[in-house]
Amino acid sequence: MSDLTHEEVEALISEVLEVYPEKAKKDRAKHLSVNDQEIEQSKKCIVSNKKSLPGVMTQRGCAYAGSKGVVWGPIKDMAHISHGPVGCGQYSRAGRRNYYVGTTGVNAFGTMNFTSDFQEKDIVFGGDKKLEKLIDEIETLFPLNKGISVQSECPIGLIGDDIEAVSKAKQKEHGKTVVPVRCEGFRGVSQSLGHHIANDALRDWVIGARDDDQSFAAGDYDVAIIGDYNIGGDAWSSRILLEEMGLRVVAQWSGDGTLTEMELTQKVKLNLVHCYRSMNYVSRHMEEKYGIPWMEYNFFGPTKTIESLREIASHFDDSIKAKCEEVIAKYSPEWQAVIDKYKPRLEGKKVMLYVGGLRPRHVIGAYEDLGMQVVGTGYEFGHADDYDRTIKEVDNATLLYDDVTGYEFEEFVKRVKPDLIGSGVKEKYIFQKMGIPFRQMHSWDYSGPYHGFDGFAIFAKDMDMTLNNPCWDKLQAPWLKVPQQESKAA
Amino acid sequence: MPSVMIRRNSDGNLSLYIAKKDLEASIVALEHSSAEQWGGRVELADGSFYYLEPIAEPKLPITLRAKRL
Repeated sequence: MSDLTHEEVEALISEVLEVYPEKAKKDRAKHLSVNDQEIEQSKKCIVSNKKSLPGVMTQRGCAYAGSKGVVWGPIKDMAHISHGPVGCGQYSRAGRRNYYVGTTGVNAFGTMNFTSDFQEKDIVFGGDKKLEKLIDEIETLFPLNKGISVQSECPIGLIGDDIEAVSKAKQKEHGKTVVPVRCEGFRGVSQSLGHHIANDALRDWVIGARDDDQSFAAGDYDVAIIGDYNIGGDAWSSRILLEEMGLRVVAQWSGDGTLTEMELTQKVKLNLVHCYRSMNYVSRHMEEKYGIPWMEYNFFGPTKTIESLREIASHFDDSIKAKCEEVIAKYSPEWQAVIDKYKPRLEGKKVMLYVGGLRPRHVIGAYEDLGMQVVGTGYEFGHADDYDRTIKEVDNATLLYDDVTGYEFEEFVKRVKPDLIGSGVKEKYIFQKMGIPFRQMHSWDYSGPYHGFDGFAIFAKDMDMTLNNPCWDKLQAPWLKVPQQESKAA
Repeated sequence: MPSVMIRRNSDGNLSLYIAKKDLEASIVALEHSSAEQWGGRVELADGSFYYLEPIAEPKLPITLRAKRL
């Protein structure tokens, strides 16, 4: 629990809202709340997944970002065409650090940018011809691609191009999967709808592809990792734990994933969902169509990892349960050493988070394992079901903020005075200049992996390295320091 | 008439999910739950009501059309 009481946090929220005009204040007030674990349903305390207020700074992305950047982009053996003007693809290229194994440009295309580079004439006369040509060129230049996805940018929806027809024709011509994705950026209020559209495209064009193909020898211990984008190698550090337990990981969705893996996912016995926000749709679909149960898990920090490993094992027979305990026992000296080393340096420190997807609630356990407390958390594009899950994870009187604006976040930080902030790169330099240690928690600040026991060691080291960095008291020029300190030095 | 998905959650209770509305709530009361007749009036944990056309007990999860009451 933070030092502030429930009433104090409420007072803080109303104070911060004071500067807004009446209408804006009314709107923003619904998105800011104080956590109360008594509340069963988040919609009673916080409103989410609503259009951002015009005129304020929001950190949200667009549907294209959710589809190409998050869900489809990491599938390494497909070429993902950013269909439309060149910028959308180029400025989001490889920024998310979805690691993969393969030779880029030969059999893997993760960090490449394929674009139809729309010009004025394509807007006027339509871009279908260009798309056809582009797909043919990809086939010639990169014959080892396993498929192509067409990620629409805004103009495609506006001018009404028929990318579905082109995709179907090219699929027939080349005999490869060509998936049209209608993820135009203007759809929805944030990247979240892009996730949904991408999931629906996967459902319609990929999952059913091998319904009649029985050549894959399915085992009793097959699982799929869903919603792990292998940021800095996250999926790999999760995968080894599952494999040591005796499970076979058939597919990784979608970090370091391949099209074939995804088509085979319908043969698994259990879907393990890490990022609920971006991949729950496809898990629900597979549950309905193939009867594959799914469960959410959390591999941040040893406490949650152990909890999740046991829960995963409970879906299988005793041999897996026994091996699961072995794995837990094997790694416990390792993570205990990490806690022994870093906990004394980090204990009692306060953290504020503002990220997307699963992290605002999932990383809380990892911070708590290090003796730190989360005093504020919020989602960029969370929905009510995310907040439902968050209420139970965070303490009472924790500040909750949905789609927080630049101004609000700054004011909250000034008042709550956290020792560490975890958010995106756009917030990073503002807070660092304010003298507050900051970690970029979208792609682990060029570090990682953070999942699993191996990841926890890196997580703890990174947090310590940032928080206890000697630079934070050097932000003021020596000649501006108050004389008291100078005399002390003398 | 939203499409709703009904599934059994991990603690064995029925839950109803409407993707469009972001709604995931457990079902507290179902009018008919016998093998030959299943559905009818559904009460959710948040106090709202839906109506499902009664059918023979289906294999869960299932997506159905529901009417908001």
